[in-house]
Amino acid sequence: MSAILEIRNLSIGLPAGGDRALAVRNVNLTVGAGEIVCLVGESGSGKSVIAQAVMGLLPRQLPVRSGEIRLQGEDLLAATPQRLRELRCVRMSMIFQEPMTALNPVMRCGAQIDEVLRTHTDLDPAARRARIRSIIEEVHLPDPDRIIASYPHQLSGGQRQRIMIAMALVLEPALLIADEPTTALDVTTQAQILKLVKELQTKHGTGVLFITHDFGVVAEIADRVAVLRLGDMVEARAKDDLLSAPEHAYTRMLIASVPSIVPRHRGADAEAPVVLATEGLSKVYSSGGFLAARHEVRAASDVTLQIRRGQTLGIVGESGSGKSTVARCIARLIDPTTGVVRLGDDDIAKMGVRQLQPLRRRVQVIFQDPYRSLNPRRTVGESIIEGPMNYGTSRDEAMDRANRLMELVRLDPKALDRYPHQFSGGQRQRICIARALAMEPELLIADEAVSALDVSVQAQVLRLLDEIRDRLNLAMLFITHDLRVAAQVCDHVAVMSKGQVVEYGPAAQVFGAPTHPYTQALFAAAPGRDYAFGG
Amino acid sequence: MAAAPSRRPDAGAALSDEAYEALSVESATVVQRTSVWSRLARNWSVRIGGVLLALLVLIALAAPVLGTVDPALFDPGSRDLLPGAAGEIMTLEGETLKHTFLMGSDSFGRDIYSRVLYGARVSLVVGIACALLSITLGVLAGLSAGYIRWLDGPMMRVMDGLMAIPGILIAIALVTLWRASLLTVVIAIAIPEIPRVTRLVRSLVLSIREEPYVEAAISLGTPRYRIMFGHILPNTIAPLIVQGTYIAASAILVEAILSFLGVGLPSEIPTWGNIMAEGRVQFQQFPHNVLFPGIFLAVCVLAVNILGDGLRDTLDPKMAKRAG
Repeated sequence: MSAILEIRNLSIGLPAGGDRALAVRNVNLTVGAGEIVCLVGESGSGKSVIAQAVMGLLPRQLPVRSGEIRLQGEDLLAATPQRLRELRCVRMSMIFQEPMTALNPVMRCGAQIDEVLRTHTDLDPAARRARIRSIIEEVHLPDPDRIIASYPHQLSGGQRQRIMIAMALVLEPALLIADEPTTALDVTTQAQILKLVKELQTKHGTGVLFITHDFGVVAEIADRVAVLRLGDMVEARAKDDLLSAPEHAYTRMLIASVPSIVPRHRGADAEAPVVLATEGLSKVYSSGGFLAARHEVRAASDVTLQIRRGQTLGIVGESGSGKSTVARCIARLIDPTTGVVRLGDDDIAKMGVRQLQPLRRRVQVIFQDPYRSLNPRRTVGESIIEGPMNYGTSRDEAMDRANRLMELVRLDPKALDRYPHQFSGGQRQRICIARALAMEPELLIADEAVSALDVSVQAQVLRLLDEIRDRLNLAMLFITHDLRVAAQVCDHVAVMSKGQVVEYGPAAQVFGAPTHPYTQALFAAAPGRDYAFGG
Repeated sequence: MAAAPSRRPDAGAALSDEAYEALSVESATVVQRTSVWSRLARNWSVRIGGVLLALLVLIALAAPVLGTVDPALFDPGSRDLLPGAAGEIMTLEGETLKHTFLMGSDSFGRDIYSRVLYGARVSLVVGIACALLSITLGVLAGLSAGYIRWLDGPMMRVMDGLMAIPGILIAIALVTLWRASLLTVVIAIAIPEIPRVTRLVRSLVLSIREEPYVEAAISLGTPRYRIMFGHILPNTIAPLIVQGTYIAASAILVEAILSFLGVGLPSEIPTWGNIMAEGRVQFQQFPHNVLFPGIFLAVCVLAVNILGDGLRDTLDPKMAKRAG
């Protein structure tokens, strides 16, 4: 097997004042013909920097310090910008995470593929049209004529990513670099795209450098795996060896942090008091009216759920399934259109602001984005004591409680007078948990609370949530798109699709023997389910 | 299943205990970022604009000790002197002083140098007062339009109406309606600026109110007024400071224009605008009457604008990213 891409002793510098001197240090990596090499690492590990270095896209602040990169024997670091332009798309191509921003929004998809052909080949228009049609068929897009004439916003995320792949592979390059190409996609779409990459790679014998943070994806697609940690390559081996017997402690920790898809059995008390119940909860968004035609979207319809004390209900679904809408209706951040939201004995669905005020403290929310859920201009202490002080707790008492809560979420209470930007994502998420707990709620809603976190940090936060729920005997509503996470934390699971709950039951039952076709499809699409993660 | 939920010490995702315990010491490592002040001090636009403006403020404050005379004094014997010429000027008590007319004198025999230096006071006060006034009113209007849904439509239509009339016309109309004084001029100049501030604040509020930290505050039971003033307002400050500098610069110009047109402050109060207006007729023979106040006006407006650009580059994260 001849090497398509050879990276030897590559070191790339970081601007002064960073957390380390080199973005990547002495990295050695080869990609052979017809081989898929996965580059795995957490955020800040330098995996995307390597991809940029190969494509010659490194920003000026990240200079190559030493080493060499060879594409089929040709030294890319010595290549002129002119030569690199000739190589891109012809012999190496790249696809990106966000297909919406990677495609030009004001150009038709066909024209964007045509641009590649016009730049790099001498084909006449008729031949180019034929080539565009055939590549669009090859990436399994239905109705090629319509797709060619469509603008990117008229296509779904998965279709856009297929266009990206078509563009990247239209000239049959020897090397394809895929930088987190499925991270922004739903799990069922992700499964299709992974299958497509694998199919095309086998057909054309392309070497693929696949960058991802997700071990499920690795298990699905990789031949070989290289693990990066803060710029150092800690381990690079064949997939099965690495997944079954990781050598380096960091790899072991990463793999152990991936939640298992087999639900954990947990004795749930079926008699515990019901903290929250919804009946026929619906939310309809309507737009237009005065001049435009009235347009209605049923974000959630007829959702009936209940959560008991000390237990976790998971709502699982893909984007647009309405799972966050339900959570926000329950927290009364938005007003439900119809239905009942019963908190204890009170129906809060239709309550006015004044009536709701004393009940608000009983339901608290942890949001997805740890960078935006804390007011950047307040110290974390001020953020944590805000809620209790709204309900008449004195400042000293609230501060006291904040100190205890910081210990509970395993942060140094001395950090209370720092500002959010001084903390990492995982630390911020723990501060958000402390802020929610300061209200002594009965129901904690975690809306994709661990989705933005690296897998090792995710494992920490999940365990913390678990511990807190048990210690404080809270009811928890856990919104997630990640089946693995749901399997680990939930006692009951509701699967949502297009605003409706399609399956609802104990976690073991839903995960063990899903009955609804959508649930079955969702499980079939979960990457890496053949491997036992989670240690 | 048994009634009591089981408690497993190894609960949660499989995470080694050492890694979990390590969390308690993790907070020792915090990210340090350079403070806003030191970033501001490193920006050349802020440095140049700030120093020029500080100099002008200093000149305005120290006008009485910088070799000036009372700007209202005139002496028919010293009319139309060229810059640097020596002459005499009569005080209110009737004494005659020897005085060097650094920037010459006008057709009444008044010292241009003294008038320009005292005029700086008026310009700076007008600039700062207009910026503060229009931002205060604009913030109140913008916050309520952005946060109180039913107010949005009516409020913004009023602002659209105000914006449809040229600012200088509103100012002229208002000043002629009242008697021209420092206060009325400031109000007249500030009012046409309010819609722009309102629009800026409203659009900021519309995006900030969707931030998760605002939603978190709602679920923490924070009352609406405290969300508006405690969470949303502080996060609009940076763009407002930048907008404020531009308003100040434009207010200084508008004040000069009003004075030049003769609808601004009465000529007992020297301003760069009315000095220029009075020198206008003799511009061909004695350009210094217009030139010196004009230079001060230009430098002052330029300094404020340069400072504003520097503030925008440092305070606006989007601009900072583009530069870095």
